[in-house]
Amino acid sequence: MRNFIALVFICVASLAWAQEWEDRRIFNDGADGAQLRVLSSTDTNLFAPLIEAYVLANPDVSIEYLVTGTADIDQLFRQAPDDFDVVISSAMDLQLKLVNDGYGNALEDVVHPDWAQWRQSLFAFTTEPAAIVINTDAFDGLTVPNSRQELIGLLRARPDVFAGKVGTYDIRRSGLGYLFATQDSRASETYWRLMEVMGGLDVKLYCCSGDMIDDLTDGTIAVAYNVLGSYAEARVEAGDRFMILDLSDFETTMMRTAFVARQSRQPTEAAEFLQAIVADQTDVSSDKDTPLPRLAQAGERGAIPLDPATMTFLDSLKRKKFLEEWQDALIQE
Amino acid sequence: MAGEPVVQGSLRNRLVLILIGGAAVLAVFLFLAVRSYAVQVAQRGQDNILLASVTSMLDAASFRDGVAEVDIPYAAFSMLNTPADDRVFYAIYQDSDFLSGYADLTPLAIPSGGEASFRTLQYRDTSVREVTATRTLIGAGQRADIQIALAQTQDALSDTLDQISRNAAFMGLGFFALAAALSFWATQATIGPLNKLTTSVTRRGPQDLSPFAKPVPQEMAPLVSSLNSLMGRLDQSLSQSEDFIAEAAHRVRTPLATVRSYAEATLLRVDKEENREAMRSMVKAIDESSRAAGQLLDHAMITFRADHLEREDLDLVELVRDLVQRLTPVAEMKDLSFVLRGDDTAPYAGDPILLQNALRNMIDNAMKYSPADSTIDIAVRSDPSLEISVFDQGPGFPLDEMETLTSRFIRGRNADNTIGSGLGLTIAQDVATAHGGTIKLHNREEGGACVTLSL
Repeated sequence: MRNFIALVFICVASLAWAQEWEDRRIFNDGADGAQLRVLSSTDTNLFAPLIEAYVLANPDVSIEYLVTGTADIDQLFRQAPDDFDVVISSAMDLQLKLVNDGYGNALEDVVHPDWAQWRQSLFAFTTEPAAIVINTDAFDGLTVPNSRQELIGLLRARPDVFAGKVGTYDIRRSGLGYLFATQDSRASETYWRLMEVMGGLDVKLYCCSGDMIDDLTDGTIAVAYNVLGSYAEARVEAGDRFMILDLSDFETTMMRTAFVARQSRQPTEAAEFLQAIVADQTDVSSDKDTPLPRLAQAGERGAIPLDPATMTFLDSLKRKKFLEEWQDALIQE
Repeated sequence: MAGEPVVQGSLRNRLVLILIGGAAVLAVFLFLAVRSYAVQVAQRGQDNILLASVTSMLDAASFRDGVAEVDIPYAAFSMLNTPADDRVFYAIYQDSDFLSGYADLTPLAIPSGGEASFRTLQYRDTSVREVTATRTLIGAGQRADIQIALAQTQDALSDTLDQISRNAAFMGLGFFALAAALSFWATQATIGPLNKLTTSVTRRGPQDLSPFAKPVPQEMAPLVSSLNSLMGRLDQSLSQSEDFIAEAAHRVRTPLATVRSYAEATLLRVDKEENREAMRSMVKAIDESSRAAGQLLDHAMITFRADHLEREDLDLVELVRDLVQRLTPVAEMKDLSFVLRGDDTAPYAGDPILLQNALRNMIDNAMKYSPADSTIDIAVRSDPSLEISVFDQGPGFPLDEMETLTSRFIRGRNADNTIGSGLGLTIAQDVATAHGGTIKLHNREEGGACVTLSL
């Protein structure tokens, strides 16, 4: 009986462990040298080419690549900051706060433009806009909107088409969704109007870009607001039938960032890994094929800045207030 | 002859050391003053930004549905952005209850005046500057004290300070270098007149004992006036001794000459052979005394003059010819003849009186020791070195006494029956030494002595 309980306990525990990761893969398994634990929000298939190139050049390093949501990354890492060597996330605000709180290791040797790094610890290595993606089938016969204003008008005009067919991030669960939402709200009041319209259309909420795009592909939803452009583009290239809207009003652009954990057990290898990733993603002359967008050149695109202000919306009072407003707008029971 | 001065320390070095030391102290002081002022200014700059930020946060505090809340403005953190990416921490309290932010950041007690207070503290693993400010919210029947502590790391500040320190250090160094150069210049300018005085003392002729008339700085006036008075006394005592020598020569020689003439006159009148003999001895003794006195005075004069050698251009051949002419009557009395050989001219810069004296003594000597009816050869040679040799046909020098003959009051053993004081060669030797030359004695193979004066 006791054995049985123990077995159940182990099963539950291991199940719980297993469930924690969206994906988990070990590259170059069985290498003699260090094994780096990389905590990341980037889908494995997008990041794999970078890691594969790295382990090819460093055959004695193996890399355990763990994928989970941006909010989970923050939580998991704060619980066990010595468990991971490199943290990669698209939620810039959470990453900034982790480094601000002293979890990042300063890498003095990494040469990176000032606007794309913070405290020589947090390094941006992609430039990715938040995209609005539509299912081309659902828009058959409709004008493709050119701005958020036009999108609002269209959604209001055709509730018959769009009711239950609009999706966006559940910003309560997704760190990146929260970042996009707060930045949108700063950029323009149209954000709140759009949210109200979406709320009226019984919006579907998602944890992650991948799921949203999946639903968009099979026609469950017709419009996905604030998905990651990089994911969408990858799928368009794969032949899926949807379209990324090119809006004229504004664009929220995020930079994927990475840092080496201060309590990393292999700080040297971790730093080398991060430096290699950053170099691969920055070097425009490189003909290496990476599915991730490269880091923009200076002044090319106004991304969310890496400065303390980006952490403002992480204040618990402010977050509470923002989430309340968001819920008021979006979830209309 | 002049004793080396006892040297202890150097005025120049002392002056340079004091000036440079002072400059170094001032430079360090300048560096510290600039740096501490920069620290104050930079800290005030950071404090002002922190205060502005915390004020904008407090301004965003309000009651909403009866609950106090702080809607942190985006700009509050935006203005805290620094080139060094300083970290930011904050904590919001309502009536001492923690609301939001970093719970481990403790606010400062606010002075009753309600102004913000600042402090620097160690927070987490780094040094931060913290500001605490409060605002009292008054709503409908409600009242809440919102207290916000805002802290920022000081990386940018210390970068700025490093830069300022570096600049201040360069400034201090520059100031020091300039001051050092100036102090060298000042020292040079101060020591200059002293060097000038030294040069003018060194350059003076041997007889020049006149007072210094050139203007000197005030501080050197006592030195120059003591120097002048010393030289005045020296001048006086020198002229006194010159006077004394002249006086002595006169006073001794004149009575001796008188006595001699009386003795000679008496000799003519005395018939008795033994008395005549006595008188002759007397004349001889008087001659000897007169000569000795002359030589003594010569020697004293030479000793004096040798110290203040007064060189002038002269022709040695002419000098010798003069001398020979003057001595010829005396030589004829002994049936001696002179033969002058060698160069026609021998120009030389020397003291004519001394040289004449030396040569006269050399010729005198030769005449003294020459047998009657013999010749005295005098050779003057100017190449390769200036040499004047006097040869006689006398007995020559006793070999074992060659070394000592030039010493004072020493006469050769074979001089018993000649008149002399033993000063002749000594005088020649002194003159030669004063001119940087030598006296050489040797005997000729064919007989006779040779004395050579080389200059």
